[in-house]
Amino acid sequence: MASLKDVQMKIGGVKKTAQITKAMNMVAAAKLRGAQQRMVDFRPYADQFDDAMTSMSGSMETSLFPLMEVREVNSVELIVVTSDRGLCGSFNAHIMKTAEKQMARLEEEGKKVSLVCVGKKGSRYFKKTGKVRKSYPDIMGTFQMFNAREIAQEVAANFLSGETDEVLLVYGAFVSVAVQRPAVKPLLPIQAVSGEEVGDRTVDSVDFIYEPSPTEIMDVLLPLYLNVMVYHIMLEVGASEHAARMTAMDNATTACVDMISNLTLIYNKARQAGITAELMDIVGGAEALKG
Amino acid sequence: MAETIKLEVVTPRGAVLSEDVDIVTAPGYGGEFGVLANHAPLLSTIKIGVMSYKKGGNSEQLMISGGFCKVAANRITFLVESAEFGREIDVDRAMRAKERAEKRLAEVIRKEEHLNQARAEAALQRSLARLRAAGHQPS
Repeated sequence: MASLKDVQMKIGGVKKTAQITKAMNMVAAAKLRGAQQRMVDFRPYADQFDDAMTSMSGSMETSLFPLMEVREVNSVELIVVTSDRGLCGSFNAHIMKTAEKQMARLEEEGKKVSLVCVGKKGSRYFKKTGKVRKSYPDIMGTFQMFNAREIAQEVAANFLSGETDEVLLVYGAFVSVAVQRPAVKPLLPIQAVSGEEVGDRTVDSVDFIYEPSPTEIMDVLLPLYLNVMVYHIMLEVGASEHAARMTAMDNATTACVDMISNLTLIYNKARQAGITAELMDIVGGAEALKG
Repeated sequence: MAETIKLEVVTPRGAVLSEDVDIVTAPGYGGEFGVLANHAPLLSTIKIGVMSYKKGGNSEQLMISGGFCKVAANRITFLVESAEFGREIDVDRAMRAKERAEKRLAEVIRKEEHLNQARAEAALQRSLARLRAAGHQPS
């Protein structure tokens, strides 16, 4: 049985851990608010962009644009977006597992798979596979639009050169503060947005004056669309990461509290046993003296 | 009172501006163009440059970079990567950025790195636009 001192030290240690996890929980909550705000700020841009894309691409022949070209798929690139930091429960593990599943499936179909890793966790994890073509560690903390553009240009260049025939995004979708789900989304070739998919939002189908020609506008719009997609996914992973960390740290704090109460029980029992043993000793001694 | 048009400037970091204005001038694909109330629907790409608008007697200038603009239903929307009010631009900083960009451009041209050249040119254009938006005439 553990000595009183051991138990006491253990209680002290667990208490300190609880302090840290609680602080991390609060930091994650604050950062989550920031990340969600960024998502909210981004929404008008994304919505307007979708509107413009829809009103354009409806009237256009998609095969005209190299970024929309559907080819026979021989090689696929996965963009795996994870967080830079750990201690957020199984968030990253789920994303990486999903990516591995996709890789296994594609390889079984005889397709070549390459990886682009965004975020340190994924970069590290997939390094040993030797399939990582490019990795962007340490950008999830403070990424901007130009980071997203860099990534988008990289994969687009590879797609245009015929190196890859399809690009998929694997990331952690932000469903709610409590739920984050690994998700897979096709990025390239860009699929034409049809009017029906937009749903309830009304899209004006007026005849626009295009400056320059519609095709030339599309040439500008499509790469921008990729940036917007990648940026959006990065925002989402950012928010998911903080939400996951918040939950994980909350669970850890609860576990610490449980542990402390268990340890206190053990401590009290041990103390009580000590007192009882001492009492028995005294009583025994007294009895013997009475003799 | 003349009719007004609704001007909106949206960037990935949020809406910068939403106001009813008299006239908007923007750096379009084929050069500067002006938009008044009830303009015909238009979709144009936007170059790095200065967008200005007038409201009442006041005019305001913004540096905008990379994107496009849409005119429909008496509303003009700019979707750009960044937008900064001229009055909020730090001229000294922009000057330094311009000098940096010039130096860099000279260097990449000397080394013939074509990929970086486009980037350096864009950086220079941005810093020049910033200066112009701030009301600073480059000498």
